[in-house]
Order: sequence, then structure tokens, then C-alpha cells
Amino acid sequence: MNIEKAILSVITTNNQKITGGAPIFVCDTKEEMDNVAANLEAILDGISHALSDELYIIVKH
Amino acid sequence: MNEYTLPILFGVIIGTLARSIMLKTDYRQYPTYLHGKVIHLALGFIAAGLGAVAVPAIMEKEFTAITFLTIAASQFREVRNMERNTLSELDSYELVPRGNTYIEGIAVAFESRNYLVIFTSLLTTAFYLIWNIWASLGVTVICYLIIRKFMSGSTLGEIVDITYKGIHFEGAGLYIDNIYIMNIGLPQRQKEIEKYGMGFILTPKNFDVRSTIANLGQRQAILHDVSVTMGVFRDSGTPALVPLIKRDLDDGRIGVFILPQDKDIDKAKRVIGAVPVLENAIRMPSESKANRKGSESK
Repeated sequence: MNIEKAILSVITTNNQKITGGAPIFVCDTKEEMDNVAANLEAILDGISHALSDELYIIVKH
Repeated sequence: MNEYTLPILFGVIIGTLARSIMLKTDYRQYPTYLHGKVIHLALGFIAAGLGAVAVPAIMEKEFTAITFLTIAASQFREVRNMERNTLSELDSYELVPRGNTYIEGIAVAFESRNYLVIFTSLLTTAFYLIWNIWASLGVTVICYLIIRKFMSGSTLGEIVDITYKGIHFEGAGLYIDNIYIMNIGLPQRQKEIEKYGMGFILTPKNFDVRSTIANLGQRQAILHDVSVTMGVFRDSGTPALVPLIKRDLDDGRIGVFILPQDKDIDKAKRVIGAVPVLENAIRMPSESKANRKGSESK
């Protein structure tokens, strides 16, 4: 089976909400989270999607 | 020189001319200038030769000679494969790909145009031999009109209404009117998209059109043509900046989200209106027998 989409990493300010699976980056502030997500987006060639204000995922499409 | 030389020469010249008329390099820049054109002019010349020689062969009672037309057919099927392979290879290097449906449409056009050349030179040579050069010229004009008819497919502007709608964000969701396009997480990206993005709603004019514009290949063709003509705010490594088309499931409208470098609304409308309707995307649910029976029983 060919997996077309995959969560490459998770960026969050609330580590209570996430566990397991993809690499998780825990940040202290929203600004830090935005920065990390912007960098990871460029590095991983994925798109950052916001699931909530405190949780971003980078998805490869 | 014998009695067939002039008619054959005439047929070959008209056939080659017909191919060069059909070989217009427009905004798509395909076939590529010069080299690509030389290939197709040469193939057009061969096709014209085959068509022109067929008639004298029959007149000389060389009926088996007609079988070489079948060789021509397989030869030109190769042309279609060649075009398909080249374009598919190149497609992965496009910022906004053409999509397979568009490529197939182009490849089919290349093959069919060679057959048109064969018919043109066959008819002109036949008319020259049976009557005279004037009859042959007459049939040339008719062939020209037929070729023009084949070259002009319908465009999107004829089957949909195009309206400009701004884009807006609801949370991380990007919307055109009420059509959800995608989720953009980063505030920085959202700002870029608000700055450069444009949204258009295409409303189908009738029920048949709904399935045509829902076709993913047709949608990709719209995005490709708009990106080629209007430029695209995108680079490799910025997957978030991607033009997209999504569909409103309720009424079949589609929302076109583009990132042009030239933000001219009227021009964008004209460009979308001029996108060819792909042969392979056309569906005619109204022609279905089930549909007709339904209308009888009412």
C-alpha cells in the first residue's frame, strides 16, 4: 500500500494533548510554535496545518 | 515525370501546409519552438506523402498498396505515445502540473491531426486525378474549413459563469465564498495567501457541465493554464502555496483558488474562460437513456 499523506511532526504548546507516533516539538509560547512550524515546514517540505491554537501538525501531501 | 507526379506533389504540399496550419504554438509553448516543430512538420510531410500516394496506387490496380495505410496508423499511434511520454516526464518539473487528462488530450490531438493530413492529401490528389486542379483547390478549401472546425474545441467560458469572490479565513480554514479550500496553520502563510491569493467561483450553466468541471483533470488544466498565463506565487519547498480547486457538493459549483503574480481580476476571468474543455472530461448525463425515459414518464 502506498501511503500518500503522513504526519511528519507535531508542534504544540500543550504536551498534555499529544502522545506517541510522530516527532513532537513542545514549545513554550505561540510565537515559538509559529517559528518552529515555519522552519519545519520549509525543511520537511510539508504543510503546517492548525488543529487548534496550541497544536500544529506538519503533513506531507 | 509521369501523369501522377503533379497530383502527388500537389497533395503532399497541401497536406504539409495543412499540418503547419494545425501546428500553432500558442501560450502553452508546445510543441516547443523549432525542434519540436521540425519533428511534427516532418511527420506531417510523411503523412501527406502516404495520403497522396494511395490514390494513384488504387488507379494502377495495386490494391495491396492500401495496406501501407495501416502502417501509417501504427506509426501515428507511436506519435501519441511519444507525446504522452515526453509530457508526463516534464510534468513533474512544472510548478503547477498539467495533469494526465490534459496531457492525454494533447497527445490525442497530435495523433488525430496526422490523420487529418492523410485525408486532406488523399482527397486533394484524388480530385486532381479524377477532375482537375480547380476541383482539387475547391476540396482544399473544404478541408481547410473542416480542419478549422476540428481545431476549435469549446472553452470553459461557454459552459460556466465566472464570478470573482475574495478569499477569507475562518480560523485556519481557507474559504472562497462557502467552499472550503484547505487548512493553513502558520499566520505568516495566511498573510501571504491573503495578499496574493484570488478566488473565483465557477457556476455550471446546466447539469451536464457539473460532472465536466468536477473532473479532477479538468480542474488541474484550469490551474495549469491560469498559472502559466498569470504567473504563480510559488516555489519548490513551499507546498503550502498551492493553487487548488474544490467543489461545493450541494450545487456542483467549484471554487478556484489561485496565486497569480499579476492580480488583474478581468484578465483572470478571461484566462479561466479561455481554458479548453478537455475532450476526456466531457460528460453528457442528459444523453443517458435512463434520463430520457424519466422525462417521458412525467
